[in-house]
Amino acid sequence: MLEAISFGDAGWGDEMLMGAFWTVAVSISSILLGLVIGIIFAGFKLSSIRVLNLIAEFYTTIIRGVPELLVIYLLFFGGGSAVMYVAKIFGYFGYIELQPFVIGTLAVGAISGAYSTEVIRGAVNAIPRSQFETGSALGLKGFRLYQKIIFPQVARLALPGIGNVWQITLKDTALISVTGLVEIMRQSRIASGSTHEPFIFYTIAIILYLIITRVSNVAFDKAEIRYSRGFVKRKIS
Amino acid sequence: MRFELMYESFFKILKGVPLTLEVVFISTLLGFGLAIIVALMRISDNKLYSVPAYSFIYLIRGTPLLLQLYFVYYGISQFSFVRESFLWPILREPFWCGIITLTISTGAYSAEIIRGGIQSVSQGYIESGKALGLGRVSLFFRIVMPITIRQALPAYGNELILMVKASSLISIVTLMEITGIARTIISKTYAPVEIFLVAGSIYLFINFIITRLVKYAENRLSIPST
Repeated sequence: MLEAISFGDAGWGDEMLMGAFWTVAVSISSILLGLVIGIIFAGFKLSSIRVLNLIAEFYTTIIRGVPELLVIYLLFFGGGSAVMYVAKIFGYFGYIELQPFVIGTLAVGAISGAYSTEVIRGAVNAIPRSQFETGSALGLKGFRLYQKIIFPQVARLALPGIGNVWQITLKDTALISVTGLVEIMRQSRIASGSTHEPFIFYTIAIILYLIITRVSNVAFDKAEIRYSRGFVKRKIS
Repeated sequence: MRFELMYESFFKILKGVPLTLEVVFISTLLGFGLAIIVALMRISDNKLYSVPAYSFIYLIRGTPLLLQLYFVYYGISQFSFVRESFLWPILREPFWCGIITLTISTGAYSAEIIRGGIQSVSQGYIESGKALGLGRVSLFFRIVMPITIRQALPAYGNELILMVKASSLISIVTLMEITGIARTIISKTYAPVEIFLVAGSIYLFINFIITRLVKYAENRLSIPST
């Protein structure tokens, strides 16, 4: 039994760690994509242009009301042809096959983006109007106003919510094992299939996920403290 | 867009709706019972109760549902003593493994929702109940629980929608509910967008109905403003 989880050629220890690496890698690239989507669509939701409101509302409603697995199937089976369709417009007619990592990032990023949209929108809404007014009184306009006054405060207010989105994103990456990316889930399936020890490998997978969760919780707590400098934490007694 | 295909597959996918609803219904019902027990253990002053409850919630919320499903379906059945036990007729069925996993999962998530609800019941209500001579059990069922349900209902409505979405995972252990049928059609026809739209609309419709029902219940339970 110990041989099965040892490192090197005989055991699966190093492979499982590699799986953990890919889980973290795809989670990070997904949440980054999700944050970019979130900033854009939060802007859409807050804008006074009706069409943009509708587009953003449509996107978040669909993603939050439809199973993640279905979104992943959509991109797994349809992502390649969608990219080829776009490539054709630009005059490229070759065959494009997307890497599982790219499909995974697109799918989980799209899901993560819907949750980030709501978090960022809530954070921007929580900033008092006077902050915008003070900014413009100081002569800041448009992007500069957001860069200097609004974004630093949005970061502080959105951080706890983004921490939750990170947990969701991390767990959603388990679903992209169905597309063939060898992350923790897929690796433990392969290992338990080959050794007939599913109990051990799924237990290791549970431990790996719990370690990643724990470490990221600590990191988010640190970041929250850093971004809340100058703010007294309200104590609830 | 292949509209004819969408029309045909709509009726095929519709056949998966009863299974989705059945799984969601059974595991939500069992999970609610589990959640109340876990929530009460979690807020207990006795560490013998609160530590196991806390660990259970941490374990379930920190790991992906798919992993929990694989653990129940493949991991536990590895041992011959399980296969020889009276539990085997249940654990070898993908249906019951799905129910067990979803029950445990919603039990942990709902426990946190219910805990929040219970802790929001103000001390004054409990003291009034005691002053009226209510015992521990009737105090819980007549005072604490009704207020908890009113407080927790909006968050619990979200949990119900998450359960409908989570039930799609049982298609991975061969059960042919909405997502399972949709996946089969996609791999046969290679029309991911069309099938996604059909299956997605069915899910959105189910979730829309749930949202309305929860909203209705919220209105019924809310204190009428004078």
